[in-house]
Amino acid sequence: MAGADGDDSLYPIAVLIDELRNEDVQLRLNSIKKLSTIALALGVERTRTELLPFLTDTIYDEDEVLLALAEQLGNFTMLVGGPEYVHCLLPPLESLATVEETVVRDKAVESLRKISHEHSPVDLEVHFEPLVKRLASGDWFTSRTSACGLFSVCYPRVSSTVKAEIRQHFRTLCSDDTPMVRRAAASKLGEFAKVLELEYVKSDIISLFTALASDEQDSVRLLAVEACVSIAQLLPQEDLETLVMPTLRQAAEDKSWRVRYMVADKFSELQKAVGPEITKNDLVPAFQNLLKDCEAEVRAAAANKVKEFCENLPEDSRETIIMTHILPCVKELVSDTNQHVKSALASVIMGLSTILGKDNTIEHLLPLFLAQLKDECPEVRLNIISNLDCVNEVIGIRQLSQSLLPAIVELAEDAKWRVRLAIIEYMPLLAGQLGVEFFDEKLNSLCMAWLVDHVYAIREAATCNLMKLVEKFGAEWAQNTIIPKVLGMANDPNYLHRMTTLFCINALSEACGQEITTKHMLPVVLKMSNDQVANVRFNVAKSLQKIGPVLDSNSLQTEVKPVLEKLASDQDIDVKYFAQEAISVLALA
Amino acid sequence: MSSAAATPPSVDKVDGFSRKSVRKAKQKRSQSSSQFRSQGKPIELAPLPLLKDVPTPEQPELFLQKLQQCCTVFDFMDTLSDLKMKEYKRSTLNELVDYVTVSRGYLTEQAYPEVVKMVSYNIFRTLPPSESNEFDPEEDEPTLEASWPHLQLVYEFFIRFLESQEFQPSIAKKYIDQKFVLQLLELFDSEDPRERDYLKTVLHRIYGKFLGLRAFIRKQINNIFLRFVYETEHFNGVAELLEILGSIINGFALPLKAEHKQFLVKVLIPLHTVRSLSLFHAQLAYCIVQFLEKDPTLTEPVIRGLLKFWPKTCSQKEVMFLGELEEILDVIEPTQFVKIQEPLFKQISRCVSSPHFQVAERALYYWNNEYIMSLIEENSSVILPIMFASLYRISKEHWNPAIVALVYNVLKAFMEMNSTLFDELTATYKSDRQREKKKEKEREELWKKLEDLELKRGLRSDGIIPT
Repeated sequence: MAGADGDDSLYPIAVLIDELRNEDVQLRLNSIKKLSTIALALGVERTRTELLPFLTDTIYDEDEVLLALAEQLGNFTMLVGGPEYVHCLLPPLESLATVEETVVRDKAVESLRKISHEHSPVDLEVHFEPLVKRLASGDWFTSRTSACGLFSVCYPRVSSTVKAEIRQHFRTLCSDDTPMVRRAAASKLGEFAKVLELEYVKSDIISLFTALASDEQDSVRLLAVEACVSIAQLLPQEDLETLVMPTLRQAAEDKSWRVRYMVADKFSELQKAVGPEITKNDLVPAFQNLLKDCEAEVRAAAANKVKEFCENLPEDSRETIIMTHILPCVKELVSDTNQHVKSALASVIMGLSTILGKDNTIEHLLPLFLAQLKDECPEVRLNIISNLDCVNEVIGIRQLSQSLLPAIVELAEDAKWRVRLAIIEYMPLLAGQLGVEFFDEKLNSLCMAWLVDHVYAIREAATCNLMKLVEKFGAEWAQNTIIPKVLGMANDPNYLHRMTTLFCINALSEACGQEITTKHMLPVVLKMSNDQVANVRFNVAKSLQKIGPVLDSNSLQTEVKPVLEKLASDQDIDVKYFAQEAISVLALA
Repeated sequence: MSSAAATPPSVDKVDGFSRKSVRKAKQKRSQSSSQFRSQGKPIELAPLPLLKDVPTPEQPELFLQKLQQCCTVFDFMDTLSDLKMKEYKRSTLNELVDYVTVSRGYLTEQAYPEVVKMVSYNIFRTLPPSESNEFDPEEDEPTLEASWPHLQLVYEFFIRFLESQEFQPSIAKKYIDQKFVLQLLELFDSEDPRERDYLKTVLHRIYGKFLGLRAFIRKQINNIFLRFVYETEHFNGVAELLEILGSIINGFALPLKAEHKQFLVKVLIPLHTVRSLSLFHAQLAYCIVQFLEKDPTLTEPVIRGLLKFWPKTCSQKEVMFLGELEEILDVIEPTQFVKIQEPLFKQISRCVSSPHFQVAERALYYWNNEYIMSLIEENSSVILPIMFASLYRISKEHWNPAIVALVYNVLKAFMEMNSTLFDELTATYKSDRQREKKKEKEREELWKKLEDLELKRGLRSDGIIPT
C-alpha cells in the first residue's frame, strides 16, 4: 500500500478537507488545483474510499473551483489505483457534467472522454455506459447536452445490444425538446457517424442529419453543415448524390445568412468531401451564389475560400471553371461595398496567380491587384502587399515592379503605419530582384525617409532594412550611399533622429566591417557621448558595447575606454549603468 | 458552441488605434433583411378603392384584397425603387389600421388567416448580421430597420387587431400558433429598439389572450435566456422579455409551481453573470423581487445564488448587485434574514473594504436604510463580529476620506447597538489578527510538507504522478 510508510497519518483527511472547504475561494481553488498532491498523500485506497465520496457529495462550489476539479479528475486514474479502479472517478464527474456552466460541463465531458479509454470493455458496459444513459435521460437540459459528447467514445467497444441502445439514445436527443440539446447533438453528429458501421450511417445518421438540417432554429441547422463534411467522407461516392446533396443544396440557399455563412466557411472541406464530379456540377454554382450573397458576412467568408476552392478544382477543367465562372465574381468583389469582403479577398487573391499562370495573371489578375492596392481601406492594401511574393514567382519582379512601383511608392507614405511597415518588410526582396541601379534610382530615398518617420516601429524596421540592404549590396555601396546620410543625422536637432544614427550603427557595423566602422562610425559615436540628452548618452554606451567586437584592441583601449569611463561617472543613473555594463562586457576594466 | 460560427472572424483589428473613432464617425446605419434585396423587376399593385367608399356588405371582401396586397414587401435599402408603390402600400396600411380600430363586423372567419399571413410576410425575416462584431449597446448606435415606415404600420395594425373587440382567440388560435410565436420571439433580437417595443406589446397581448400558448411562450423565453447566458451572450431583446415576464410573474398563482421556481433559480439568477447586465438589470431585479414578494421562502436560494455569482472584477456590476440586494432586503422577512445573514454579511464586509470607493460607498449606504438597520440591530451579535475587522481596518486605511467618514458612522452605530460586544471585539482585534497570521503560516507549512512528499514519492515511483 502506498501509504504504508506512515506519511499519510501526518495529513489526516480532515485537514485536507478543511482546506477544500476554506472560506476564501482562492484558497479553495489552490487546494483543488493540488488535488493530486492530496490524493498522493492519502494513498490510492483512501483516495477511493474517502476523498472521492467527499468530492462527490459535498462539493457545491463556485464554477471556477468546479472547473479545476473537473480538469483534475481527468488525470486521476493512477491516483485511484490504475485502470482497474478508474470507474471510481465516474460519480463526481457525472455530477459535474450536469452543472449549468458550460465551461465546467465541457471540461467534465472532456475528462470523461479521456478516462473512457482507460476503462476495460467490461467496465465500459458496467459503469460507463449506464452513466451515459442516465445523462441522456436527465431532466434538465444540461445533462442531456453532456451526454451528446460521450456516445462516440463508448460506442466502438461495447456489445451490439448496447450499441443499439446508444444509437437509440442519440436519436432521441437529436429531436430533443430544447434547442440547446439539439445543438449539442448536431455538433456531435459527425463525430458519432465516424464510429458507426456504414449500414447505420446510411439508415440512422442520414435521417437525423436531414432532420437537423431543416430544424426550425438556424443555430441547429448551421451545425448540421459541419456534420455534412464528416458524413460525406464516410459515404461511397455513388450514395452522395441521393443522401447528402439535397440537404447540402438546401443549406447553401438557406434563408438564414448564418447557415449560408457556415457553408461558405466550410466550403473547402465540403469540396474535398464530395469529390470532383459533384464539385463541378453543384458546388461551382453554389460558390458563385455565395460570392454574390446579399450579406457581406457570407461574401467575406466565401471570398476567403476563393484560392483554396480554385486550387482544389479538378485539374482538367480548372482553368476553364476559374476563367468563366469564378473570375467574373471575383472581379465584382474587388469593388464590393463592404471593406471586410474586399479585405478577405485581398488576403487570398494573389494566390490565384500560381494557379492561372503568367499570361492570365498579367491579363486578368494584375488589374485587380492594382485596383486593390489603391483601395481606400488600409487592410485591403496591406493584405495585397503582404502577399506580393506569390505573384512575384509567377510573373517575375520586373513585370511586377513596373506595374506596382507607383503604387508601392504611394503606399510607402501611407497614413497607416502598419501599411508602411508592410512595405518596408518587402523592400529587401524588391531590392535584391531589382538590382542596385534601379534601387538607387527609385527606392533609396524612400528607405532613408523612413529613418525619420514619426513612428518608432517604422524607424526600427527601416534600420533593420538598411542592414539587409547592406548584406545584399555590400560594404562599398553602404559607404557611398547610406552611411553619409546616416551619420549626418547625428547632428539633427531632434534627439530621436540622433538616436536613430546610433541604432543604424548598431545594425550596420558588422555588415560594414572593421575598417568602415573604425574610420567612419566610431568617431561619430564617440562625439555623441557629449550629447545633452541622457537617452542619447546611454545609447552611446550601448552602441559602443555593440560595435566593440568589430573594433581592434587598439581603438578599444585608446578611444572607447576613456569615453566609457567618462560616461560611467555621468550624473544620470541609466548612463552610468549602461557604461559600466559596456566596460565589463568589453573587458575594459 | 455556435457563437463562433455566428460571428465571422474580425478583420478590422489590424490597426488597434482606429476602431472606436472610425466607428463613431460613421453615420447612423440602417439595415434591412437579406431576403428583400436583389430582386429585379419593379412591383406593380393595382390601386383599390377606399374601404369607406364602398357599401358595407362589400367591405369584408375589399378588406381581404387589401390584406393580400400588403403581403408584398419592398426593398427599402434601395431608396429609389418603387417609390409610388411604397407610398401606396403605406397609405393602404394606414387605412387598414384605422379600419380595424373603428369598424364593426369586418372580422369574418376568412379574415383571420389573411391577417396573420400579411403580418407574417412583413415582420418575419432573418435579421441581418450586426454591423459591428462587438456591438456595444452602451457605446454604439443601434442599427435601425430600413423598412420601418411599413413595418411600424404592420405592427400597429396587428396590435389593433389583437385588441379589437371583435377579436376571437378561439378562431385566431388556429393561425397564431407555436410556430408563429417562435418566430415572433426570434424577432426580439432586432437591433431596432422601436421594433422591440412593438414586439413587447404584441407578445403581451398574445400571452394575455391565448391561454394555450402561455406555457410554450415561457419555455421558449427560457431557452432564449439559457442560450444567451451559456452560449452566445448576445440577444438584443432581453430587457423587453424580462419586462413582459415581470408582469407574468405578477400573475402567478400561489403556491408557485416547481417550474416557476426552477425558472427563478436556473435562469433568472444566472442572467446576472452576463457581461451586458447593465442593459437589463432594472427589469431583472424587478422580476426577482416579484418572485420574493410572492413567496418569501425563495429568499435564501436567491441570495445564495447572487453570492455565488458575485462579480469578482467588475466594479460596476458589483454596484448593481448591491443595489439589487438592497431591493431584496427591503422586502425580506426577518425569519428569512436570519437564515442568510452570515454569508450575506461576509460579502457585504468584503464590499465595504473594496478599494473601489463606489462599491464601498454603495455597501455602506445600507446603514442609511431604516429597515435594514432594524434587521442589523436585531442580529447585531452575529453581524458585528463579521463586519468588525473590515470596518476597523478601513477606518484606518482607506484612501477615500468620504468612505472613512461613512465607516465611522457605521462603527458608531454598532457601538450604540451593542457596546459590550463592540468593546470586546476592539480588545481582541490584535490577537485575532495574530491568530489569523499564525493559521496562514500553518497552512503554508502543510502544503510545503505535502509538496515535499509528492516530490519524494514522485522520484520513488518513477514518474507515476501526472503533472
